[in-house]
Amino acid sequence: MKKSMWIVPVLSCVFSVFLFTASCSKQTVKADLQDVKDAAKKESASAASAAAASSSAPASVVQKAPESVGSSAEDLAAKAKAAALKSVVNEDVFFDYDSAVLSAAAQDVLKNKSVILGKYSGVSVTIEGHCDERGTNEYNLALGERRAESAKSFLVSLGVNPSRLKTISYGEEKPVNSGNDEAAWSKNRRAHFVTE
Amino acid sequence: MTYFRIIFLYLFAVIISLTGPEKSFAGYDYIDINSPFLRKIPIAVPLFKVKAESVSGSDRQMSGRAADMLSGMLDFTGYFKMLDRESFLEDTFKAETAVQNIDFHNWTAVGAELLVTGEVQIRGNVFEIELRLFDTIKSNQLIGKKYTTGVNDLRDVMRRFSGEIVYYLTGNRGVFDSRIAFVSNGTGNKEIYICEFDGINTRPFTRNKAITLFPAWSSDGKWIAFTSYVKGKPDLYISNVNDGSTSVVSNKGINITPAWVPGKFELAATLSYSGDQDIYLVTGSGKVIKKLTNERGSDVSPSWSPDGKKMAFVSSRTGTPQIYVLDIDSGNAERLTFNGRYNTQPSWSPKGDKIAYAGMNGGRHNIYVIGFDGKDPVQLTRNGGDNESPSWSPDGSLIAFSSTREGPSRIYVMTAYGTDQRRLLAISGEQTSPKWSP
Repeated sequence: MKKSMWIVPVLSCVFSVFLFTASCSKQTVKADLQDVKDAAKKESASAASAAAASSSAPASVVQKAPESVGSSAEDLAAKAKAAALKSVVNEDVFFDYDSAVLSAAAQDVLKNKSVILGKYSGVSVTIEGHCDERGTNEYNLALGERRAESAKSFLVSLGVNPSRLKTISYGEEKPVNSGNDEAAWSKNRRAHFVTE
Repeated sequence: MTYFRIIFLYLFAVIISLTGPEKSFAGYDYIDINSPFLRKIPIAVPLFKVKAESVSGSDRQMSGRAADMLSGMLDFTGYFKMLDRESFLEDTFKAETAVQNIDFHNWTAVGAELLVTGEVQIRGNVFEIELRLFDTIKSNQLIGKKYTTGVNDLRDVMRRFSGEIVYYLTGNRGVFDSRIAFVSNGTGNKEIYICEFDGINTRPFTRNKAITLFPAWSSDGKWIAFTSYVKGKPDLYISNVNDGSTSVVSNKGINITPAWVPGKFELAATLSYSGDQDIYLVTGSGKVIKKLTNERGSDVSPSWSPDGKKMAFVSSRTGTPQIYVLDIDSGNAERLTFNGRYNTQPSWSPKGDKIAYAGMNGGRHNIYVIGFDGKDPVQLTRNGGDNESPSWSPDGSLIAFSSTREGPSRIYVMTAYGTDQRRLLAISGEQTSPKWSP
């Protein structure tokens, strides 16, 4: 039931992203150049916001941006890219207990990532699937893979080329929070993203 | 493994049956094989006598150590009530050892129904050890053995004689030659270790410096398969215990939870390269033979029936992880567990009649045993943290498992009926996934 519910927004996203990527994908280089020009012309803060097509760009990026006033356009573009990719890495996708189904919040996070990945087409991502400690190791290793795969197929549905996305399951072997309560467990049931 | 071979060579085993009415096992005269732990047999194991020109303090120590070893091994089985030496009427160090000299009343008076005596003759570095088992009520000798050995192999002698005692009483050689593989993170990484049946002599089996999980013994005890992230992802390794030669199954996705087919150089394991997590049959050299499960969802943790005709496994096909039994010939899988929403880690008993597993209830995992036909599930652990990963001893009398009852996860052992739960070892780090060798 849950599965079929996210199909609707997924499909609409697929469509919109198709329109978006169909017109953009070939022009990625152009778009990047445009950004660089913009960045050079305007205050560097705008470069950061361009990079942060996702609303979730860390505030620190904006604060740091003024320091780079006077840097070359390449530097600015590189910084913008680094900031954008950092947001891909920093933001995990969370899951319910014993579930690999993507919640609405999880889908929003993935949409932001897909925008950034659409922009920086040279970047590959490894999606790590993780679990909390409550299940048993064997089943959790399988569940972690299903979580990573479910995040991957959503990104692919948003137009990210599957060849750029690898998955790996760590099961319950690498918790980010070592606590033994729901607060910790909910942080550990995640898909984590590593860029290459 | 070389360790065991060396012991075997060193123990120039001159084993002589001493006089006595030794016959094949007496079965339920002593131990009711249908409920062997219902009534423990009271047994006395006094210190062993030392016969030498002059008996030194260290000789006495050695004799005490040997008697303690034997006592500990017998206690481990769960069959016996070990009687306190303090209560003995006989001067334990001088206790008579020959049947005609033993005053059996002195032993029945302290409650002993069985008595073990030992005599050690020391000739330089060579020990001659005579060990005897008596029925104190019938006043007769049941077993008598003489071993010639070096001082470093005392433990091996005690293991052998414990095996003789248990064989006489139950008709089964027991667990004394078996080992237990398990996972420990003492070095900072999860690695596989192997200890003897009673937790003695732990040594590392892998030094992968990477997450290493799910050890599985081949039924001849010569191979261990496991999953490790040596190459950065969960691959399946099939390693020879003697020479370390290794095959790798390194498909895309997960390569996990191996289980050897009884009597064959083949194993079942979960692979996900096809896009779904299914159990496959794989050769001992790592080649895929065929797919065994084919439903959507996770299929993991295979465990074979002793005849190799059926395989228990975990599947999420109905939404929650439950245990199923696959009939290999027909390809039909039937659901085994219906209580609770999380039943995993099946382990088929060596006798074939039962399947142990970890079931979650009230947020905690506990060990259950269920008939292979799904009848009579019985809960064996309760009120103590999470209890997971049951693994049967080769004779089916004991179950090893991991538990967080004392905080960190450790390996414990209990009888197949859930009695006599005790910790197996105390080493640094946390221990999980015990697997008892054949």
